[in-house]
Amino acid sequence: MEMLRTENVTMQFGGLTAVKDFNLTLNKGEIVALIGPNGAGKTTAFNIITGVYKPTTGKIYYKGKDITNMGPHNITKLGIARTFQNIRLFKNLSVLDNVLIANHLHVKSNLFEALLRVPKYKNEDRKMLKKSLDLLEMVGLIDVKDEKSSSLPYGMQRRLEIARALATEPEVLLLDEPAAGMNPKETEDLTKFIKQIRDDFDLTIFMIEHHMQVVMGISERIYVLDYGITIAHGSPNEIQSNQRVIEAYLGVDDNA
Amino acid sequence: MRKRDYYLTGVTLIILAIFLYIADMYFDAYIVRILNLCAIYTILGLSMNLINGFTGLFSLGHAGFMAIGAYTTAILTLSVDAKAQNFFMEPIIAPLANVEWPFFPALLLAGILSALVGFLIGAPALRLKGDYLAIATLGFAEIIRVIFTNTQNITNGALGLKRIPPYTNLWWSYGIAVFTIAIMVLLINSSYGRAFKAIREDEIAAESMGINLFKHKVMSFTIGAFFAGIGGGLLGNLLGTIDPAMFKFTLTFNILLIIVLGGMGSITGTVISAFLVTISLEALRFLDQPINLGFFVIPGVAGMRMVVFSVLLMIVVLFYRHGLMGNKEFNWDKFLQVIKFKKPLLKGGKN
Repeated sequence: MEMLRTENVTMQFGGLTAVKDFNLTLNKGEIVALIGPNGAGKTTAFNIITGVYKPTTGKIYYKGKDITNMGPHNITKLGIARTFQNIRLFKNLSVLDNVLIANHLHVKSNLFEALLRVPKYKNEDRKMLKKSLDLLEMVGLIDVKDEKSSSLPYGMQRRLEIARALATEPEVLLLDEPAAGMNPKETEDLTKFIKQIRDDFDLTIFMIEHHMQVVMGISERIYVLDYGITIAHGSPNEIQSNQRVIEAYLGVDDNA
Repeated sequence: MRKRDYYLTGVTLIILAIFLYIADMYFDAYIVRILNLCAIYTILGLSMNLINGFTGLFSLGHAGFMAIGAYTTAILTLSVDAKAQNFFMEPIIAPLANVEWPFFPALLLAGILSALVGFLIGAPALRLKGDYLAIATLGFAEIIRVIFTNTQNITNGALGLKRIPPYTNLWWSYGIAVFTIAIMVLLINSSYGRAFKAIREDEIAAESMGINLFKHKVMSFTIGAFFAGIGGGLLGNLLGTIDPAMFKFTLTFNILLIIVLGGMGSITGTVISAFLVTISLEALRFLDQPINLGFFVIPGVAGMRMVVFSVLLMIVVLFYRHGLMGNKEFNWDKFLQVIKFKKPLLKGGKN
């Protein structure tokens, strides 16, 4: 089943074309990677999908529904969650609060019901607390739930960001460089972790990653961007032997 | 655990009530007035802290909301003949001339009107961020003041209003202050309060967690405006006279001083600092008088005591940015711990 599709998405910032004719298809349950050299437009592609930018031209469909002009919070409500390249936790808040906040979009009680703590709200509050604690348990952060989120070590912050994204109950999860800055052990754990959440939460995962070990290890398909243009698309094996990809990454010798 | 906290809070409220009763009966008018001001500044500080401290919106429009609240309550509670006396330049417009409401509904309407204006101002202004929002809200407060100066047949213009019935007493001001604290605690610890804090911490992340930034910002701004209006109403009926010049930026600055000193994002801090600032504003009144240093006489300058506060604010911002409480809150566990810790220290002498 097709979850997400972009149709000839182009993003221009003034004279600069950051992403050109980007055509992506994500099928349910897949892990798909987006790779490319620095400045290739990968994060821009993420920002277009999640509604941070409106594409100059092109359309984005989520489960067949046009989401091109929707705001970020509405897109999250539909079921697309993301993490950020340079971790964006709510730094001064506790680990638990970080996850609880991601439950807020599902709260049905209005402000007054919440203020008066009516049974409906109390019930919702209890449920989101339980759900958040379960999530923290699952990602192994339950012992630090009351710590300030900025006091966690880097690897844990990454996990917390993923847990927070999971709390919004997504069907498609976008991970922006989840392995950035991790040591080999942490990277290996993360790879397992991504596979595990895909299975446990029935997710479709689209991730930007530079770490080839992670990319080649878990992704079923790979898109390669260079200067905003999709230069290759295929299985890990196809990508590894693709001449244009090698050129983009290693450069090409004109005299050869 | 939680039962004990309810119990302790109940006892504290009873002690407060007894204290207010004694104060009401035996304290002289000057001290009662300062106590009233403390409570009113607590309400105002909390309402501003919700917007600036908890939601992270740099708003400087508080004097405007207070003006709306003070004028609404004053006009509605003024007796019919006091109105006739006040509006000698130009009579007050017909529908308002014969109204004389009791205090509570007038105060409630003051809050609602202020919230309504907050909503109408917030909807366009909250699309702005940071300094731009500050300038827009500051401009709004000035516009309100100028409007009130020029609507002679509603607000009596620059002449102001006199003989406002002094309805505000300790019971009203502390009753509403306690109510405001309760609402703030309930709000901040609810899912909506967490959403406000998320917006303060990181707007982009909050939005991508599904929080509707605009809706929640307007919500926080409107609630803040509501309580600012009520605070303004209490202030007007405490002082007995109001005029547009009262609601200049200095008033907003005083409240900003309270929340910065107390800690942006701390209810406890705001309460403590509202009392500290209000009391020291009175205690430092001698600075406005001529001071004889023996070798040099400082001539009396009105407003000299504000210099102390400006310097204090600078010190806080430069060296102690978290204020008194940072974003921590009072809780009974810690309070009891502190008390228990101190006792053996006192008895044993050394630790």
